[in-house]
Amino acid sequence: MRRVAILGAAQTRFEACKASLAYNELVYGVVREVLDRTGVPMREIESMVTASQDAYDGKTISGMAINEVVGAYLKSEAKVAADGLQALLYGVARILSGEFDLTLVVAHCKESEGDPAAITGLMFDPFVQRPLHLDELTAAALQARRYCRKKGLAPEDVALVSVKAHRQALKNPYAQRAGMFSVSDVLASPLLADPIHELEAAPRSDGACALLLASEARARAHTDRPVFIIGIGNCTDAYWTERDLAEARALQEAARRAYAMAGIREPAREIHVAEISARYAHEELMAIEALGLHPNLVELIAQERAACINPSGGPLCGNPPTVSGLLRAIEAYAQLSGEAGARQIEGARTALAHGAGGICGQNQTVVILQRE
Amino acid sequence: MDRHPHPESREAVSREETTLRVPFLLDVEYRYAVGQYGRRFFTELRDHARLMGVRCPECERVYVPPRPVCGICYHELHEWVEVGPEGTIVGWTVVRIPFIDPMTGEQRPVPYGFAIIRLDGAATSLYHFLDETDERKIRVGQRVRAVFREKREGSLRDILHFRLLEE
Repeated sequence: MRRVAILGAAQTRFEACKASLAYNELVYGVVREVLDRTGVPMREIESMVTASQDAYDGKTISGMAINEVVGAYLKSEAKVAADGLQALLYGVARILSGEFDLTLVVAHCKESEGDPAAITGLMFDPFVQRPLHLDELTAAALQARRYCRKKGLAPEDVALVSVKAHRQALKNPYAQRAGMFSVSDVLASPLLADPIHELEAAPRSDGACALLLASEARARAHTDRPVFIIGIGNCTDAYWTERDLAEARALQEAARRAYAMAGIREPAREIHVAEISARYAHEELMAIEALGLHPNLVELIAQERAACINPSGGPLCGNPPTVSGLLRAIEAYAQLSGEAGARQIEGARTALAHGAGGICGQNQTVVILQRE
Repeated sequence: MDRHPHPESREAVSREETTLRVPFLLDVEYRYAVGQYGRRFFTELRDHARLMGVRCPECERVYVPPRPVCGICYHELHEWVEVGPEGTIVGWTVVRIPFIDPMTGEQRPVPYGFAIIRLDGAATSLYHFLDETDERKIRVGQRVRAVFREKREGSLRDILHFRLLEE
């Protein structure tokens, strides 16, 4: 079977409001950086997959408006209105088809330009949910409450995730929010929707990222140490909330598929570094459990090995929806290619990137990456 | 008269009468950043009543509105040039259906002339209003000239409309 490698990637600094940049300028910056880093001229890239959301952009078919800056003029471009890791999945499929040797994958979002509560509210059913107003935050709060009760987690246990994330983000020059917070700092930050505190929720953020995929032959001509995508799994759970929000069935299944493709039997031992799309602190614990990365969540967070989970700090330290999943793959790639700077995990050879979308992670994607 | 008789049509009508609908008002205010290129374009328009584009160093096309990159050559664009204020009608229509103007929230008076205009010196076209609503007097290829507002605030509305030029 053909294999797919990552040739290079770029991300913006993430900020609460990038007021000086229009969408196309924001996106152009990361695409240009990928070209400069890889030395691949745009004319050689035949295919593009972009991730963006019409509701955030305030524009239907939002991918069309960035056509020129992603170099898609008169080429084959497709847009994913979902988490950016799904854009990566489709980009990989394009190369596996044999049709393309190079595919550019780009994600962007500016939460600052719209109204995130109103926009995430549109995910919900208009008959029985929207009339009361539910949004991403309130749904996450209901899930956090249920999950913590089921697992017997104390508020301090969940707050530790935030402490760890913000500490690790101090080493990430792209992070929006970082710091040496204590558990009591986290629990003293404003309560947004019980039990979620401000420091336990991703801050509103603007930014973009891009990544260049290549066929194995193309990658080998380009580098001696290619990073390959060796497994992908995707799974969607039910729309209605009759699904138990304390369970992560879709993620378990997405992980099972990705591990099977990658030949991974013991993820806790074989995955050296994992980047998880947790927009709320409790989601990181749910994901670690569902991915089988550690049997005891709280123990994991408390000990040194926690550095291997979201060494970038993850979305809690600021990156917008849609962008965050693709960014997880970019961070995983940075770890495997040795370009992660101060947040580098030494000796990492196999990495996991996780993306989630929809209501309380209804849609889940897991990608396994490996360097030779 | 029912032109599509159906055995259940009578029942379908009575069901229709009891149909419930849930209203939902979507009210999101967007604050789009115009960006570096947009800021210069609108500043020039506001302060000098001047229309500006950017020229691609490779294919020499001049883009209006200005943008960071040439879609064809993928060359970064930095050379600013003035275009217009005269141009040529590429396509036109006279709009006769009233609708709510998104800029004012009020119904836009109809009819009004609307055109795609290729400004002199530009390789691309700009959409704008015409000062004419008589279809018999407008044609493709006709020369036009931008009429700027006295009081400008940095938006495309700083151009009042394009005036048809005598030939």
